[in-house]
Amino acid sequence: MTAPRVERPGLFYPKLPATWWLRNANYFRFMLRELSSVFIALFLVVFLVQLHRLSQGPGAYAAYLETLRAPGWIIFHVVALAFALYHSVTWFNLTGVVQVVRLGERQVPPRLVAGASFALWAVVSVVLLWFLLRG
Amino acid sequence: MATRKTSEPFWWLLFAAGGMVAALLVPVHLLVHGLAVPLGWTSISHARMLALAGHPLVKLYLFALIALPLYHWAHRFRFILEDLGLRGLRTPIAILCYGAAVLGTVATLWVLWQI
Repeated sequence: MTAPRVERPGLFYPKLPATWWLRNANYFRFMLRELSSVFIALFLVVFLVQLHRLSQGPGAYAAYLETLRAPGWIIFHVVALAFALYHSVTWFNLTGVVQVVRLGERQVPPRLVAGASFALWAVVSVVLLWFLLRG
Repeated sequence: MATRKTSEPFWWLLFAAGGMVAALLVPVHLLVHGLAVPLGWTSISHARMLALAGHPLVKLYLFALIALPLYHWAHRFRFILEDLGLRGLRTPIAILCYGAAVLGTVATLWVLWQI
């Protein structure tokens, strides 16, 4: 564990137990937010497999959708959706802080930037739903 | 501190792009392809899904939708592991995480190529 200290002598790493994020609600929420990326990536891998089955013909595709109907997969997708929504909310809340928007001399309030991001999310979601479900 | 040349900004850019794609697009696709279609709330026929996914612009969209958030995952997962105390392994962890994302990118290209 000493290698990075030799490599980068200017940095100090405090020693923390691996359970430091269970100590306080803020740390716990931080860990949940970081963990959301795991569920999002897992869903995208499952979706990629779905696209692969799609290219193998109607039979393979129908069989894969049947697999996804199993309770275990439904639970996985419900949990993944909760994490995905958590990621979206925390991400758009932060855009207002990270992305400073200026109009002339004045800075647009971060809450307005976040609000615009949420509005964009809503519009994009509705357009996608319409595109996927029409006909 | 002396300036060190690192690839960090490149990975961070992919992280930010992936985070934005994930935030904007993933919830709807998760709802439709993970729950609504398997549970029969709605149906998208094989023919229609194939026609959609076969369109070059949709393929480009699907590539961004799937590949970019993998780099977002790689970046966050890397720091989850480091924050859990594996700081001594930072180089192998980084190679493993970004390597997995690159592998996922190649797999995405391959799947989309076959449609």
